[in-house]
Amino acid sequence: MKQTSRKGTFWQRFWKDRQLYLFMLVPVIYIVVFEYVPIAGLSLAFKHYMPAKGIVDSPWVGFANFTKFFKSYQFGRVVPNTLILSLYSIVASFPVPIIFALMLNSLDRPGFKKVSANIVNMPHFISVVVVVGILMQMLNPRTGLYGTIMMKLTGSYPSDPFRDASLFRHLYVWSGVWQGFGWSSIIYTAALSNVSPELHDAAQIDGASRFQRVIHVDFPYLLPTIIIMLILKCGHVMSIGFEKVFLMQNTLNLSVSQVISTYVYKIGIAGDGAASDISYATAIGFFNSLINLILIVAVNKISSKVSETSLW
Amino acid sequence: MRTNKVATSKGDRVYYTICYVVTIILLVTVLYPLIFIVSSSFSSASAVSTGKVILFPVEFSTLSYRTVFKYKDIYTGYMNSLFYTVVGTLINVVVTLCCAYPLSRKDFQGRKVLTKMFTFCMIFSGGMIPSYLNMSNLHLLNTRWALLLPGAMSVYNMIVTRTFIQNSIPPELLEASQIDGCSDAKYFFKVVLPLSMPVISVISLYYAVGHWNSYFHAFLYLQDKALYPLQLFLREVLVQSNFDASMMYADGSEVIEQRQGLQELIKYSTIVVSTVPLLILYPFVSKFFAKGVMIGSVKG
Repeated sequence: MKQTSRKGTFWQRFWKDRQLYLFMLVPVIYIVVFEYVPIAGLSLAFKHYMPAKGIVDSPWVGFANFTKFFKSYQFGRVVPNTLILSLYSIVASFPVPIIFALMLNSLDRPGFKKVSANIVNMPHFISVVVVVGILMQMLNPRTGLYGTIMMKLTGSYPSDPFRDASLFRHLYVWSGVWQGFGWSSIIYTAALSNVSPELHDAAQIDGASRFQRVIHVDFPYLLPTIIIMLILKCGHVMSIGFEKVFLMQNTLNLSVSQVISTYVYKIGIAGDGAASDISYATAIGFFNSLINLILIVAVNKISSKVSETSLW
Repeated sequence: MRTNKVATSKGDRVYYTICYVVTIILLVTVLYPLIFIVSSSFSSASAVSTGKVILFPVEFSTLSYRTVFKYKDIYTGYMNSLFYTVVGTLINVVVTLCCAYPLSRKDFQGRKVLTKMFTFCMIFSGGMIPSYLNMSNLHLLNTRWALLLPGAMSVYNMIVTRTFIQNSIPPELLEASQIDGCSDAKYFFKVVLPLSMPVISVISLYYAVGHWNSYFHAFLYLQDKALYPLQLFLREVLVQSNFDASMMYADGSEVIEQRQGLQELIKYSTIVVSTVPLLILYPFVSKFFAKGVMIGSVKG
């Protein structure tokens, strides 16, 4: 596209846009100091960090930190843990908002629809600390609802679900579904509100039932949005957030709850502070960020091919 | 809305019934834990610790709230979170607008390079350890700035704002004001700012909820309890069951069993006290939030 400002030398144009550059000053300083300096700090992954020398002067060690991670038994643990947890999350949390949006959309009471949408959105605004807190209270084997019910049914208190490693993933994923499905349904509800009523009328005249119209009118209309959302989700498959996993983690479920981000924290910051561990942790974090980058770029490519929608 | 309704067939009635039933089940699933928490917080310590509360408060009591308001940590956290939320959101909005406005101008020289520079940070970052060392080098660890400066702008929100400015303010306005000799800064303050109020309210709310609810930065960067936001104290109370006894039993008369009951009780009221500000705000702003999702989904 030809721009009107495409005349004059670089500096003339720079001078013309001086006020706009002035606006950019603070954001650029921010992004450099708090984003790009840490990115440069990733060089630490290839070094042996010595606090006395600082990041720049610490000696280079090549890929030693990476090979150490690939060879360590933790590699075979934290990477699968991360993948399983996030794939399970996607599989469980993806269909619920779609089904909910389709059902809500087919109902014919505007008041009920509005109230329902508002209610299911609510948990999105509850902090993750509180969500985990609520979960722990409800499932407390003695004072919680779970304990009470089990006591009534079986006559004895159950064991603590939070101390049971085999339950960690289910608790993590389904509490996430509880918190997120309403909010995620917004985008589908909005898309459905654009379905033209003529399509429904035509289908109805042809004798389609309401359910058939959901399957043959609403759902196909939603499909592009569904594909985009699914692709985007897959791009984040290696980036399980730290916050919730860390809250739900305890010594008894570490075998399934230690994911990459919590492991990086454990050796890099919470550890006894052996300096070599800092560059080791950086390398693990770097490995993770790199995979994320590749996944997102790849997924974006697919998305722009499939649906002509891309992130950038 | 269709006005001329066809009589509902039997199959449709079955379908509608299933829809209503499933929707109501989902609503109950969402609401029940919230109601349970509120009811428990208004019950007596013994009713809570023996699991008598099912739906409504049992042996109604406000002991839980009286204890919470005496609990100094919660108060400190509340005030700190209020500070971080207000000041942090202010910084966020200013920085976001300063960035979004020039990047929304198609005639801005550095637009392409700068946009790339910012969006790159959305998909790649230094991660936990380099960020931590960076904060340490800047001597920001264990200061209030540690919760205000990193994340001073979310690139995602910036793009939402930029897209909004691009799509909702007609370029003719810019041309007209440029012909009248309006400078870039003046155009921002006189035209862009007043017309961007919808998106400003959306991103402020996003930022504010983020500040109020997050604990990660505070957990990583702060050691001094006096600076802790509410969520960190909540983590101690709710997840770690770590209470400062001296703050709860000023009279010192309680026996151990009652203490345990009170500890359970106080968890419920802290959940309510910490979440109520957002949930009270929520009905008023839910429309904005939903709008924000839609603004974000339109690519510029």
